[in-house]
Amino acid sequence: MGLLQYFRKDKPKKGTAKLAKDRLQIIVAHEHSSFDVPSYMPELQKELVAVIRKYMDISSHDVKCEFNDRADDDMSVLEVNVTLPKNK
Amino acid sequence: MAKVIVVTSGKGGVGKTTSSAAIGTGLAKTGAKTVVIDFDIGLRNLDLIMGCERRVVYDLINVINGEANLQQALVKDKRVDTLFILPASQTRNKDALTQEGVALVIEALKADGFEYIICDSPAGIEQGAMMALYFADEAIVTTNPEVSSVRDSDRITGMLSSKSYRSEKQMEPVKVHLLITRYSPERVEREEMLSIEDIDDILGIDLLGVIPESQDVLSASNLGEPVILNQESDAGKAYQDAVDRLLGTPRDLRFVTIEKKGFLSRIFGG
Repeated sequence: MGLLQYFRKDKPKKGTAKLAKDRLQIIVAHEHSSFDVPSYMPELQKELVAVIRKYMDISSHDVKCEFNDRADDDMSVLEVNVTLPKNK
Repeated sequence: MAKVIVVTSGKGGVGKTTSSAAIGTGLAKTGAKTVVIDFDIGLRNLDLIMGCERRVVYDLINVINGEANLQQALVKDKRVDTLFILPASQTRNKDALTQEGVALVIEALKADGFEYIICDSPAGIEQGAMMALYFADEAIVTTNPEVSSVRDSDRITGMLSSKSYRSEKQMEPVKVHLLITRYSPERVEREEMLSIEDIDDILGIDLLGVIPESQDVLSASNLGEPVILNQESDAGKAYQDAVDRLLGTPRDLRFVTIEKKGFLSRIFGG
């Protein structure tokens, strides 16, 4: 940094690299978790809800579908969680 | 055994073509027959960076379509005997780049005795970029210490492990290397720029080299002479180190720490 630049007011902000790294870590982690979700997932979830509804009284919020592609394993896991209302 | 190496990045303008030219030249200088293929259909530029733009007659698409044979399309470098380039088409649409066509060209190059086939990828994740990486044995992911470039590099690394021939055939995965370009130790010191460690934390790819920000890169492209041929230049030396590491010779990282400035340059800047 030269002498002239030293007196300038608009010096670049210090420490922005830290923020860049934090933002990147969050977005990259998020993208990794959603990378390999197949495009048919929303449709699958809708149909599952429809089928279960034939027998039980649930809403679409009671069904959670999660797709996990495990890097260290050679398999993918489709997890379907259905929260059922207590039978009365 | 011939090796197909893709130079890729996702993001544009980070130095893929500069790096392809430099690394291709470096590999050819060892005496290994090397070709650099420009996959940027419609935006050909490798020829300019390598200074052979006036000798281009046929291109990659001509070869794929059978309008020219490989020997007619290959442009031989005037400086390094074992170096060739296969230019991109400037007029065709990138859909002309078919998987079968690219496979045929790569097979023909291997049969012709090429040891290194460097694929200079276009930016983005469309047809041209996917074809450039599809047949790769190794990949050099070029990254600037900047958020959008690092994110795109992560994305393209994902593509390499899911959309390549090696992944589809469940072979040993593509060996991915990280090449950081336009690195400025001064700005990293002032915490204005992501450091090598930061980038490594996020991407987790083997580091092949770090090319410092250097005016010599622009001069080299002005001259049409790969920057690695300028061994006075820090960038040229850093590319040479990267080539050595690619060939399995360990080299310490250079030009990654701040140089102490003299009294005069401190006063006047520089």
